Amino acid sequence: MEVCVCVKRVPMVGGAIALTPDGQAVDTSMSGFTVSPHEECAVEEAVRITERHGGTVTVLTLGPPEAEQQLRDMLALGAGRAVLLATDGTERGPVATAAAITAAVRDRGFDLLLFGNEAADTGGYQVPVRVAHALGLPCVTGIKRLEVTPGAGAAGRLVAGREYRGSLESFELPLPAVVSVKEGINLPRYPSLPGRLRARRASVEVLDPGPAPAEGLRTERLRVPRAPASRARVLGSGAGAVPALVRVLDDLGVLR
Amino acid sequence: MTVLCLIETEPGGASEASLRALGMAAGLAERSGEALAAAWFGPPGAVPPGDLAARGTRLGYALAPAGPGGYAPRAWARALVHLSARLPDGAGAGPVSAVMAAATDRGSEVLAHAGAITGLPVAANCVAVTRAGPGELRLTRQRWAGSLLEDAVLRASPALLTVAADAVPPADAVPPADAVPPADAVPPADAVPPADAVPPADAVRPAGAVRGAGPSRGPGAQPEAAPAPGTAESVRVQVVEQAVEAADLAVRASESEQRRDGVSLATARVVVGGGRGVGGPEGFAVLEELASLLGGAVGVSRVVTSQGWRPHNQQVGQTGTKITPDVYLACGISGAIQHMAGCQGAKTIIAVNTDPGAPIVAKADYAVIGDLHEVLPALVAALRERAGGP
Ligand SMILES: Cc1cc2nc3c(=O)[nH]c(=O)nc-3n(C[C@H](O)[C@H](O)[C@H](O)COP(=O)(O)OP(=O)(O)OC[C@H]3O[C@@H](n4cnc5c(N)ncnc54)[C@H](O)[C@@H]3O)c2cc1C
Repeated sequence: MEVCVCVKRVPMVGGAIALTPDGQAVDTSMSGFTVSPHEECAVEEAVRITERHGGTVTVLTLGPPEAEQQLRDMLALGAGRAVLLATDGTERGPVATAAAITAAVRDRGFDLLLFGNEAADTGGYQVPVRVAHALGLPCVTGIKRLEVTPGAGAAGRLVAGREYRGSLESFELPLPAVVSVKEGINLPRYPSLPGRLRARRASVEVLDPGPAPAEGLRTERLRVPRAPASRARVLGSGAGAVPALVRVLDDLGVLR
Repeated sequence: MTVLCLIETEPGGASEASLRALGMAAGLAERSGEALAAAWFGPPGAVPPGDLAARGTRLGYALAPAGPGGYAPRAWARALVHLSARLPDGAGAGPVSAVMAAATDRGSEVLAHAGAITGLPVAANCVAVTRAGPGELRLTRQRWAGSLLEDAVLRASPALLTVAADAVPPADAVPPADAVPPADAVPPADAVPPADAVPPADAVRPAGAVRGAGPSRGPGAQPEAAPAPGTAESVRVQVVEQAVEAADLAVRASESEQRRDGVSLATARVVVGGGRGVGGPEGFAVLEELASLLGGAVGVSRVVTSQGWRPHNQQVGQTGTKITPDVYLACGISGAIQHMAGCQGAKTIIAVNTDPGAPIVAKADYAVIGDLHEVLPALVAALRERAGGP
């Protein structure tokens, strides 16, 4: 099984999100970076698939040269190869991103392309589907259970499941296929020490994705939603606050 | 011109998320003087006409893609694209300017396919939208699951949009330079304006108000007096058979066993939340006890699930479940934006935290400063005593 996982470098935002003065981007001067949790799970899933059925996991990202770090993080989890489609850091929209990924994976003979369901930052919910259409592959999104049966020709297939109104709906797809997954499909491992050492030494293939095509959705500015003006009313500290807390719960009508 | 909204159906009719999307579609149609149509997959009766009429919809399309039934993402998208390219006997509704759907798993997936089929852009998780000009929409959409908003211009015909599941737009979510009423202000179904009320195209009215949609009846319509708009009788539902390609049906859902376990996190009235401060898997016993005393559910932060202390289906947040309880009691949770993205729908947030400077304390309505291992057992004891128990 040759599996490709597409990941995205996103800022590691904590208690508050800050913007650059021009309102065009998230201020990342104080933050680290990570890949989206959905994508980390996609890498874990791919590693498990190849542990079971053999083959290699390739991680691919479109991003600035610094995104090499996120690729190495994923190599440490067990991916074997890394491809960086290096941009100048300018954000590319979903149409442009899908076009660049499509061109890069087209002739590499992958049996399975995994994505996160949506990027944590821009949340466009469409890159995997666009890539699938461009490659003429079947596709399903939002997956939380995946069972792969490798095989040549018609024998290769997968069964993918997700929640639908409290029940499980499942899809059967022939390979090669495109699947996007959600966090919860597995619990990603911690990188092992040998894994980390290997990741540090591994080479990353750097490709030029070319210029970005024009995007029909044009961002004008970003803004942080207005926060509620007031701070919390402090009911007290420690167990001494419990009577006040019970009164509040009672006033809110949730005590039976 | 027509705004077309995809409706997901469930046994009782349209899903709540779809009705919210329809409300936003109605707001767009209303403000730009366009007609509003709804489409769903299933029999014509799957959506009660009253639900459509209440949001000013007079045209319904019950789509029946040729081939076996069941949800098939690409086939749904193909049928929707065909429909939007040419509304059959559109009752004077005109070409489709926008296609909208709720940003559910299915809605997001179908519109992504529609975008891929047509090569058009898709704006996901919109919370406000208005027309800026022909073929151009001005919109606000969520990034970071709603922790950040993006004002954008979408230039495409038709425009493809999904509506955020929690798109009760925040007071400031309306695109600038355009004062419009909230898109979700839906009046009760029985608010019927006079049948002859045809507002000027630029009249700004609440989204759900009924429009006189230009020439309201198509060539095939009956000659008798038009039923009052806004009433179930005013809605015309047509069954449309759409040809889809065989490849479009290759991926199809099969639904399996229903599973229900206890109070569902997404709909619980009370959620007792636990984060890293709980300290380990054993620490959750008291949260479980409290949740059961309050008839609620336990929710957790991502630290808790990634440590393996609790299963992921209890995670609240951007990559977990979005909750909407009356009360969210967040214990030992710092209040990272990705966590808050999942609980900002709570009516009241109460934080229990040792650190008065934790972000959650600034974001909550009430706070208890202290160790949850002390506060929660005392709270459980107080509630038991109140209930007259041991
Ligand atoms: C893309 C992305 C998506 C994410 N999605 C989610 C998501 O869906 N859900 C989510 O929760 N997180 C999510 N996160 C992670 C998020 O950023 C935070 O790391 C996480 O929410 C922190 O969990 P926490 O509050 O339990 O832990 P911490 O941030 O470590 O906070 C622990 C808190 O407990 C308090 N505390 C400690 N001991 C006690 C005690 N004895 N009594 C009382 N209080 C105590 C501390 O003062 C502190 O405030 C996401 C992150 C990223 C980058």
